[in-house]
Amino acid sequence: MDSVIQRNFDVAVIGAGPAGIAAAVAAAESGARVALLDDNPAPGGQIWRGGAKSSHHSQAGHWLDRLSNSSVSVLAGTRVFYAHNGALEAESDDSLWQILYGKLILATGARELFLPFPGWTLPNVVGAGGIQAMVKSGLPINGKRVVLAGTGPLLLAVAAYLSEHGANVLCICEQASFSQLCAFAPALAAFPSKLIEAAQLRFRSRRAPYIMNAWPVAAFGKERLQSVQVSENQRCREIECDYLACGFHLVPNLELARALDCRVTNGFVEVNEFQETSQPGIYCAGEPTGIGGLEPAIVEGRIAGYAASGNLNSAKQLLATRVRYKKVVNAMKKAFALRPELATLAKSDTLLCRCEDISFEDARKHASWRAAKLHSRCGMGPCQGRVCGAAAEFLFGWTIDSSRPPIFPVRCSSLAASSLPSSPAQRHGGSQ
Amino acid sequence: MLETLTVRVNGSPVNVPAGSTVAVAVLLSTGACRTSVSGQPRAPLCGMGTCFECRVEINGRQHRRSCQVVCEADMEIKAHG
Amino acid sequence: MTRKPDVLIVGAGIVGAACAFELANAGLRVAVVEERFTAAGATGASMGHVVVMDDSEAQFSLTHYSQTLWEELHGELPPSVGFERCGTIWVAADEEEMAEVRRKCAYYRERRVHAEILDPQALQQAEPHLRVPLAGGLLVDGDSVVYPPAAASYLLERAVASGASLHIGKAVMTLANGSARLADGTTLSAGVLINAAGKFSPKLTPGIQVKPRKGHLVITDRYPGTVRHQLVELGYLKSAHSLTSDSVAFNIQPRKTGQLLIGSSRQSDVEHDDVESAILSRMLHRAFEYLPAIASYSGIRIWTGFRPASPDKLPLIGLWPEDQTLYIATGHEGLGITTSLATGKLICAQILGQPAAIPAEPYLPSRQFVTEAHA
Repeated sequence: MDSVIQRNFDVAVIGAGPAGIAAAVAAAESGARVALLDDNPAPGGQIWRGGAKSSHHSQAGHWLDRLSNSSVSVLAGTRVFYAHNGALEAESDDSLWQILYGKLILATGARELFLPFPGWTLPNVVGAGGIQAMVKSGLPINGKRVVLAGTGPLLLAVAAYLSEHGANVLCICEQASFSQLCAFAPALAAFPSKLIEAAQLRFRSRRAPYIMNAWPVAAFGKERLQSVQVSENQRCREIECDYLACGFHLVPNLELARALDCRVTNGFVEVNEFQETSQPGIYCAGEPTGIGGLEPAIVEGRIAGYAASGNLNSAKQLLATRVRYKKVVNAMKKAFALRPELATLAKSDTLLCRCEDISFEDARKHASWRAAKLHSRCGMGPCQGRVCGAAAEFLFGWTIDSSRPPIFPVRCSSLAASSLPSSPAQRHGGSQ
Repeated sequence: MLETLTVRVNGSPVNVPAGSTVAVAVLLSTGACRTSVSGQPRAPLCGMGTCFECRVEINGRQHRRSCQVVCEADMEIKAHG
Repeated sequence: MTRKPDVLIVGAGIVGAACAFELANAGLRVAVVEERFTAAGATGASMGHVVVMDDSEAQFSLTHYSQTLWEELHGELPPSVGFERCGTIWVAADEEEMAEVRRKCAYYRERRVHAEILDPQALQQAEPHLRVPLAGGLLVDGDSVVYPPAAASYLLERAVASGASLHIGKAVMTLANGSARLADGTTLSAGVLINAAGKFSPKLTPGIQVKPRKGHLVITDRYPGTVRHQLVELGYLKSAHSLTSDSVAFNIQPRKTGQLLIGSSRQSDVEHDDVESAILSRMLHRAFEYLPAIASYSGIRIWTGFRPASPDKLPLIGLWPEDQTLYIATGHEGLGITTSLATGKLICAQILGQPAAIPAEPYLPSRQFVTEAHA
């Protein structure tokens, strides 16, 4: 049977992306004993996956160095499956970790929103962030033909990255229209560094045609992807390619926050100016509080780390910066809002739930996510609704609002050794 | 760093750069990690441990998310794709 | 709804669905009113084991009758219901339990239920993943499993096809004297009312002695071929027996998908549906004792449910003494799925004043007025 490891920390940070790293470093540099947990093999999250050398951002090197030079205990390959009332439970390859914490910082990041369309389950139809993660994990992309589709600056970033690694990016299909993007331009003008960044990304991906008003309609192939049908200005054309990488916005990973009864409003975790959630002693930073990318994540992580370790002075100094970043985030949301046609791509026999192979039609006939899960079994697979649930929210307007342990599948032996609480009151140490 | 190592996917040796994930080794070998409930071949979608399409058996343990496991020399990987 | 229905059923769980199915089939005008959605209560949480039990003659009679009804129905069940006659193996850990196996076998055989005693070798052949040594087991190959939410849905669909009406999302506040007052202020009248509201039944009919008995279940990822039959330890009977103490018993079900459903636990006097580590841990450790391999299996989901339990371990099926328009169909504890179809038949027979296939006396709600309530 697995070993059970018990440790105490002042601050436990869950998620070792930029927000989590910044939070852990800030807390450790303020004198706290800090643990940083992540289920990937190494810190970095998505944006800094693979470490400093594989990231274009100079900050990656800076922060990863600061992390390794700090006193933070980094627990990589360790998957948190529940947390409550000062204790968290996590599983690694051969152990169960039971960690007692004084304060908890959730930096669980975001995942891609996948919108179903015919053929989306073919091998080599991947996420935009996904293909970048895979290339960073060793996938050879040199000479491969890639169609990028979706929305937002992430497409440019991925296109730039892939191009530099030798991929033949055939086109970048942006679903937003030109006029929609123009509305964004004035807001962006207030942040010249953002404009410069966008221009740099475009330059680095310049060989790939950037097409607006375009989105994928269907993917074709036998054992794997062979071609993609794209709608461009109301006309369809078929493009032969090796990979289709789709990025339709990011969905915050809220499962742990919900399981801890942190208040979630409009799909994001509510936090005060010090990144503290509605549950005292539980903080949240980065994408789960609002999709904003790298800069807000780092600032929020630092604020949370300082606040959780009692270093309010340092936290206060960063508040103004954070406010500015939030305004950029809001403008971006409007510029890249998803067009309604994207909700109509799936045919009735297109799969919605990939874990259980449940069709769009079989899921849709139910009135709520809960009924759909029970009756169609959509969302009852190992991904626990992370893919189909997010899609269902966009497609049907359902609310996926509950979260129960384990928030990831784990070994039954880990479930047996864990100490989940006995009552809602015990979940929060008696305070509600 | 051009270090490579060898793992076995469904019994066949596969050479990968050191630091590659098991998902990559499987993609280079069979092209698919698993077969879905209705018989479709599936490969990684999200690349970050949330979609569960990359599940394979590694050294006897089933349903491991291969995109989050780094290859080690002589790993026995079974992909039912 | 234009004409007053003959029967108004509160609760679209498996029992309400089975009653609707029978009554609509018999030509009555049926209305089903459900506060949440089909199978939202115990039915949605339950294991779906259709099993013949021998705790008492009355329990045997009801489960056996109902199992025959499932057999008669199974040919028309859609694939979603997942009906599988995988059989049950009652597992004996020691000689004392083997003696119980022999007693049980004789009991079943006397009543023409096919049962076969398995010695340790035969048990190991039947279920290679069970730990060794075990003392043996009893194979009851007529038992089966179903996916309860789909079964309830199917029964309701058939009822609707026979003219029943479904009112989903409507909460019933009072149920008496031929009418149901809904939360939205409207009133529905019917010739006869049926309280099939499971753990909520005492709220609607004060005086019903039915209490919720909490259970936990864990479902794993797909590991086809691990287990072939529903496996239940003989200690399960002790666990189901006790009305007060918390208990666990090894009870595992192979789903058609290759997933394993791991149970079982019982707790009284707990109202919240949170997963509780202490009893979950006991339950899982008990399961590992019998099937060591599953300790390393991936557990995808844990949930809880509340079995509506009556003090004498028999359901309440029949007229409520205080109200000649009101029938009760609840209190099935862990045998709701199994005995749902028989419940529908018994209720239908009583409402139509016709003889039933089995004696109805043991299940009549009036018994709760005759004797002192047990703790």
